[in-house]
Amino acid sequence: MGTLAKVIYIDSAGREYAVDATVGDTVMATAVKNGVPGIVAECGGNCSCATCHVWVSDEFAPVVGPPNDMEEDLLDMGVSERRGTSRLSCQIRITAALDGLRVEIPPEQP
Amino acid sequence: MSNGTLIVGGSQAGLQVAVSLRQLGDTSPIILVGEEDHPPYQRPPLSKEFLAGTAALDSLAFRTPGFYADSGIGLVCGERVSEVSLSMSGPPGSGVAMTASGRELPFNRLALTVGAGARRLPLPGADLGGICYLREYNDAANLRTRLSTATNVVVVGGGFIGLEVASAARTLGRSVTVVEAAERLMARSVGTVVSEFYRQAHVRRGIDVRLSSAVSGFQGERGRVTGVTLSDGARLPADLVLVGVGVLPRTELAEQLGLVCDQGIVVDAHARTSDPSVVAAGDCTVQPHPITGQGRVRLESVQNAVAQAQVAAATLLGRLDNVMSVPWFWSYQGDLRLQIAGLAAGYDTQVVRGDPADEHFSVLYYRHDRLLAIDAVNRPGDYMAVRKTLGQGASIAPDRAADPDISLRSLVDGPAPTAPAVQRAKA
Repeated sequence: MGTLAKVIYIDSAGREYAVDATVGDTVMATAVKNGVPGIVAECGGNCSCATCHVWVSDEFAPVVGPPNDMEEDLLDMGVSERRGTSRLSCQIRITAALDGLRVEIPPEQP
Repeated sequence: MSNGTLIVGGSQAGLQVAVSLRQLGDTSPIILVGEEDHPPYQRPPLSKEFLAGTAALDSLAFRTPGFYADSGIGLVCGERVSEVSLSMSGPPGSGVAMTASGRELPFNRLALTVGAGARRLPLPGADLGGICYLREYNDAANLRTRLSTATNVVVVGGGFIGLEVASAARTLGRSVTVVEAAERLMARSVGTVVSEFYRQAHVRRGIDVRLSSAVSGFQGERGRVTGVTLSDGARLPADLVLVGVGVLPRTELAEQLGLVCDQGIVVDAHARTSDPSVVAAGDCTVQPHPITGQGRVRLESVQNAVAQAQVAAATLLGRLDNVMSVPWFWSYQGDLRLQIAGLAAGYDTQVVRGDPADEHFSVLYYRHDRLLAIDAVNRPGDYMAVRKTLGQGASIAPDRAADPDISLRSLVDGPAPTAPAVQRAKA
């Protein structure tokens, strides 16, 4: 087991799910394994389905960084409401610097 | 007396039935029983990241161990259900299952998510050591161990599994030959342009690809494989053979129940078997085409396992949802990322978008100018645009789709997108 970091998921109804994440796991896998609803992740983290779309909170957006090229294409074509801080959570790997990360889950995944 | 739901098969579909039942508000007991020793895990990485050494079993598990207890899902691992029967006198759909170890599992509702097994080659020498199949974690662990010391790898079957393993083996520096009986690669899954592209791309990476080549037998010494003989008499040296020649749906339990099977357990659009009180989902089923509702197709995919399991859960709770889902597939062979949306069967026209020579292109398939499907190679945006378009019941004008600089989204045409899509587009 690696070190832990807290990730807070906020669903479209405003409910918060605070999960102890392992550094090195992805934001997607942490949600799915712990049963956080709304992050579907059908492809299991292969950047193929865009069903793990999240909006990263503004304060963490600079730390998380921008989408990679492949992710950019899926976000551009796939998600229902793209925002400035949209990311596919399978492409965000948890680091100690992301302890306390807050991400919002859109009401609809593709 | 409430025995709840028994889900046979600890697969992606099986887990999804359980999760969907809970999400739909079902509070009755759920038992999920699987033959493997491991809690449900992702299979697709077994032929990709797992072989490459970048994923371990722990990271493949769908859920934490605590999730099952917290959700009231009784997980039974390492037990194979060998017998099942429905009650003559109890409520419709109720009955009892028996595991090979003699454990009785009574149920009020039954879901079969038993998957498929690798098709075996009944050839001389097929039981020699070093001849491997890949379906489950244990297969993959064995294959990974053998790959670490192998010299000459022969892959029998040029489908997704075979080519993914061939790519992984080549990346590890092994000498790799792919033997495919058909005249092109992945013939069941992609069009001819994509098949030929993959042949050339794999050859460029140093893989020997033999098309229209049947295997006639295996040679060995002291119980271990040393070579593969082709029907034209050629002999390939081999110390590791991976056979990836498709799967056979597991229909034994369905047949015990007298359910109609036809190269899979036959289900309708609501995942109901020929006994409407019993549902089935995933690779073990054949179903009406998920977009047109016509005919009968067997879909081996994560997307289908999840979508069909969601439908099956609703059906078990008495909700007959009408769901149209767009099939999609992926196969990552090294740095070649193939993504497929829709089903191209019956196409009369294809449009190639981009240049296969630069390893970024897609092929759109049409019938009567109506978009059916896409094969996209390293063009995820095209794939996603087609998947969305098919999901909206729309099409993409074929005449300008060949220009890779025009966004496919700008070419989407009728029927008009549904109201929410229009609102989102304006938002």
